[in-house]
This record gives sequence, C-alpha cells and structure tokens, in this order.
Amino acid sequence: MASASHPHPPADPPASKGAATPESAFIAPGHTFGTITDKISAIVLTRRTPVGWLLGFAIAFGLVMLFLMAVTWLLLKGTGIWGVNIPVGWGFAIINFVWWIGIGHAGTLISAILLLLHQHWRTSINRFAEAMTLFAVACAGMFPILHTGRPWLAYWLLPYPNSMGLWPQFRSPLIWDVFAVTTYATVSALFWFVGLVPDLATLRDRATSRATRTIYGVLALGWRGSARHWARYESAYLLLAGLATPLVLSVHTVVSFDFAISVLPGWHTTIFPPYFVAGAIYSGFAMVLTLAIPIRAAYGLKDFITLRHLDNMAKVMLATGLIVAYGYAMEAFIAWYSGNFFERFMYWNRLTGPYWPVFWALIATNIVIPQLLWLKKVRLNVPLLFGIALVINTGMWLERFVIVVTSLHRDFLPSSWGMYYPTMWDWFTYVGTIGLFVAMLFLFIRFLPMISIFEMRTLLPESKVKDSAHA
Amino acid sequence: MSHAEDPHAPRLHGLVAEFDSPDALVAAGRRAVQEGYRELDAYTPFPIEALHEAMGFDRTRVPLVVLIGAIIGAVAGYGLQYWASTIAYPLNVGGRPLHSWPAFIVPTFETTVLFAALAAVFGMLALNRLPQPYHPIFNTPRFALASRDRFFLAIEARDPKFDLVATRRFLESFNPREVTEVEE
Repeated sequence: MASASHPHPPADPPASKGAATPESAFIAPGHTFGTITDKISAIVLTRRTPVGWLLGFAIAFGLVMLFLMAVTWLLLKGTGIWGVNIPVGWGFAIINFVWWIGIGHAGTLISAILLLLHQHWRTSINRFAEAMTLFAVACAGMFPILHTGRPWLAYWLLPYPNSMGLWPQFRSPLIWDVFAVTTYATVSALFWFVGLVPDLATLRDRATSRATRTIYGVLALGWRGSARHWARYESAYLLLAGLATPLVLSVHTVVSFDFAISVLPGWHTTIFPPYFVAGAIYSGFAMVLTLAIPIRAAYGLKDFITLRHLDNMAKVMLATGLIVAYGYAMEAFIAWYSGNFFERFMYWNRLTGPYWPVFWALIATNIVIPQLLWLKKVRLNVPLLFGIALVINTGMWLERFVIVVTSLHRDFLPSSWGMYYPTMWDWFTYVGTIGLFVAMLFLFIRFLPMISIFEMRTLLPESKVKDSAHA
Repeated sequence: MSHAEDPHAPRLHGLVAEFDSPDALVAAGRRAVQEGYRELDAYTPFPIEALHEAMGFDRTRVPLVVLIGAIIGAVAGYGLQYWASTIAYPLNVGGRPLHSWPAFIVPTFETTVLFAALAAVFGMLALNRLPQPYHPIFNTPRFALASRDRFFLAIEARDPKFDLVATRRFLESFNPREVTEVEE
C-alpha cells in the first residue's frame, strides 16, 4: 500500500543529463534537500513581499468589493436585477457555477489521479493546483446559493430534521449536486490540508519570529516527521487520492445530470457526463497554466516548474480538448441522426440563431486555436502558451453559455421563445468572483508554501535509499 | 527512570543519533530492530518507504479505518434517503415507487466518499496522536533540521534493551554526526 505512494525517480533524473536541459527536466540540476527547502520557504518567511504582489492583491481586492456590492444589491432587490427570466431561468448563475467547478477539476486531477499514475512531474504544481480547486469551488458555490433568491435559507438544501417536517427530494439531480459539491469541497480541503501539514512544520522550524513560529506551529499540529507517522500519513494520503479520483469524476458527471436528466433538447443527451468531465479538465489545465506561467516568472521558480511541466500540461489540454471536440461533433451528429425535429432545430438554432456569434466564437476558441498545441514550438513558447490558455478559459465559458442559453431560449413552442441578455449586475457578480479567486490565491502564495516542499525533496536522487537488502 | 526516585529530576527520553543521509539512517534503523530494540523511532524530512519497511512501520491500521468510514457513509447515506423518502416524507408522484433506489445511488456514493475521506484524515491524525503540541524529541539539538535535510534515529529510554553505554556505542557504530542524550 505505502509502496505505491512513494515517488520513484523520474524517467530521466536531472543529474544524468549533466547540464541544464530544461525541456526534459522536472527540477533544475544542483538542488539539494536544503536548497529546495530554503528556496520555497523563503517566499513565505523571509523574502520581501514584492510590489507586484501588493499591486495585484489591491486590484483583486477591489474586485472583491465589487462582488460584495453586487451581492448586497442582489439581497436588497432580489434576483430580478439579473437578466434571468422565463424562458432563460438559468443565466450567468449556472454558466459561472459550471465554469468554476470545472476549473477546480484540474487541481484534483493533478493531485490525485496523477499521483496514482506515478506522474511525478505533478509534484511542483499540485499544491497550488489544489489551492486553485478550493478557491474555484468556493467561487462556484456562490452562484447557486445566490440564485436561490434567499441565500440565507440555503441550508434548506441539506437534509436535517426541521420543524416543517420536510426532507429534500432525493430524486432530483439538483440535490445530488448539493451532495457532490459539498463532498468535493470538503474532501479537497482535507486533501490540501493533509498535504500541507509537513510543510507547515518546516515553516514552523524555520520561522524567524515568535509569532510566525506559533501560528505555523499550531497549524502543523505538532508534526515531527516521525517515521511511524509518515507511514500512516502516506497510507492516508494515498487512500485520499484513491477516494478523490472517482469523486472528481462524479462531480462534473452530477453537474451534467442537472442538464441531462431534463427533457430539454440540447440538454437531454447521454454524452454529457464524459464530455463535461473532459471539458472540466480542459478548462482546469488552462487555468493552471494561466496561473503557473506568471507565478514561475514572478517568483523565480523556473527551476521547479520547468518547460517540461508546461509542455506536459499543454499536451493534457490538447488531449482533453479533442475529447471536447468529439463531444460537440456527437451532439451535432445525434441531433441529425435522431431524426428528432426539436433536436435538429436546436442545433440549427445554435449555428444560425440569434446567438450564432457565441457559438462560432466557441468553436474558434475551444477547438480551432488549441490545435496549435500540436506543435512543440508552440508548447515551448511560454507567452504564446499563456495566450492559448486564456483563449481556452474563455472558450470553456462560452461553451457553458451556449449550453445553458441556446437550449433554453427556444424550446418546443415558438410562443414561449425569448432572449436572454445579462445585466451589468450579472457581469459585476461574475467579475467579482474572479477577483475573489485571485485575491485568495494571492493570500495563499504569500502565506503558505505554494510548492510541496517535502514532495520536492523526494524528487532528488539523494532521497532514494540505495542498498536496502543487507540483512 | 522510575517516578519514585525524584519527580523533579529531568528524565531521559532516549538517545538520538543524527545522520546526514537517508541511507545511513535506514541502515541504522534496520540494524536497531534486528538487535531487538522496540521503543524507537526515526525522524525524517520526507517519507522513506525503505525505512518504514526496515523498521516494521509499514503495516498501518489506516486502511481499516477508511474502510469502516466508507461502510458507515454508505449505510448512513442510503439509510437517510430510504427513511426520508419512504417513511418520513413519502411523496406520491404519479404512483411511482417510493423506494426509488437508482436515484439514491448518487448521494450514497458521495456520502461514502465523504465519510471515508474524513475517516482517512482524522483516523490518521488519531493513530498518530496528533495534534500533540509537546514531544521530548524537540529537545534534540538541531532537531529543526529534521524538517529540512537531517535524519534522526531515537532509541527511547523505556526500551527494555536500552542501556546508556551500550546503546550509545551501538548508535555511534553507524558514524552519525552526533549522538545526544535527550531529556523528557
């Protein structure tokens, strides 16, 4: 059990390459246990807070204020300030919910699935990818809760004995969603915290002031690196990865059930679960790249997040992007092949109806432009890769817009057709959650080790115990 | 060592050897177990699987705790839905069966994972007796480096085979940087 979790040497250890060959290395040559520890912990403990951090946090914090303003106005006036109305009752609230939840999926994929698959390149990106998951899920959770109209009663969604004698309708995908998302948020937080404990102990031991030592000391729970503890720790961590893996697949599957279980053309599709999961990972990796590229430049972490990491992530995006493209193709094919009049109309309406620019922008951003990733030159061109990641982030948002709005706005009866236009409050809320996400990430980068220090140590060849069989 | 002698005199926790590399630590740890020491522990900056095997720490009860958590989660999740949907709040929707089990599978899966994950984390912490704010090992000189790049092996004084002179000689035979007497 414990054996599977212990990282083995990467396929080509950096030392064997001699001089720096950044394209193939996971960690630059010349590092020791000490230098890895010092370099990562210094960002939190001793280095001066960069001006860029203050500036970025100020902007993000400003957007958080915008979010709070938008929410305050919403609480005063009700959901009527948003553009949602019949027939499009699910506007930005659900688009943004699905978008944020999807972004979170890459964090779990990197931390859990790649761990089980022995993909050791995950080590330097898993910590902040997990943080990204947590913050994205927090942002996602805002939307359905605010959309309920009376968010202070959102706990009614949970099954608990109450004076009204009511219980949730467990046959509804919306209740499944409550279970899936709350479990996902809880398990992601646990996984993240457990991963942090040994590094918090490192920060405690290296803290330069009494206050920081106390704070990190309390958070580290008295971790002392005991081998007995490590054995149980590794077992628990591996089991958590094994639990998080089916969980993450279930979350976007359940999110897709919100749509697929209904009878609406454009939603009532069996391909939704796999295609939602692929899309989630696609957008999540785009977001990891969007964050990793500026962070590695700003904090001089190119030794740890190498071009090889960027290359691998670009390949994952390419692969999942192709699955998403297959999903689109199957939607179109089934719309035609089913012979169902309403299905055909729905698809034709997406292509040529009033929202045609959104649909074609989606095809361009999610399918056409990412094909550039076939070229190694593009994958290793960092600014271009950053640009493509932003394009995919946009594309995945447009996908959710197309699914939610174009399916709802023209259903079976022309007399019930309508149009949906987001209001400025929709935009404020959306942009506000982006600010919330970025602000939380800035705080995380400043106060916690953004790269798992103890796992980075295990990547070094010195960590491999030679001779283990002299009895 | 016994409480009767002098309750205020500092008691010995054990002898702690400090090593530079995981190799030396694993060799010393394996040998110590073979010599018959039982109350001992190693302290390392990262998990070393070979060490867990060499010292016999690799069999843990964590998987059992997780399994129990998963079973409780599954039973509780399904039971809640069954009870709420058929007994506490039966809703007749077009005469469809109240015990509509396929719809209950999704939340059951989620509660199974939730309880198993909670059991994994809190079970691991409980088996490790964490959080524990104080432990005598922290009195070891330079022990802060155990979370950086040093490797420590502690043989505790409560071990029946512990002998201040013989155990020190034994530990020094592995060429540690230093062997120190650590007090409670």
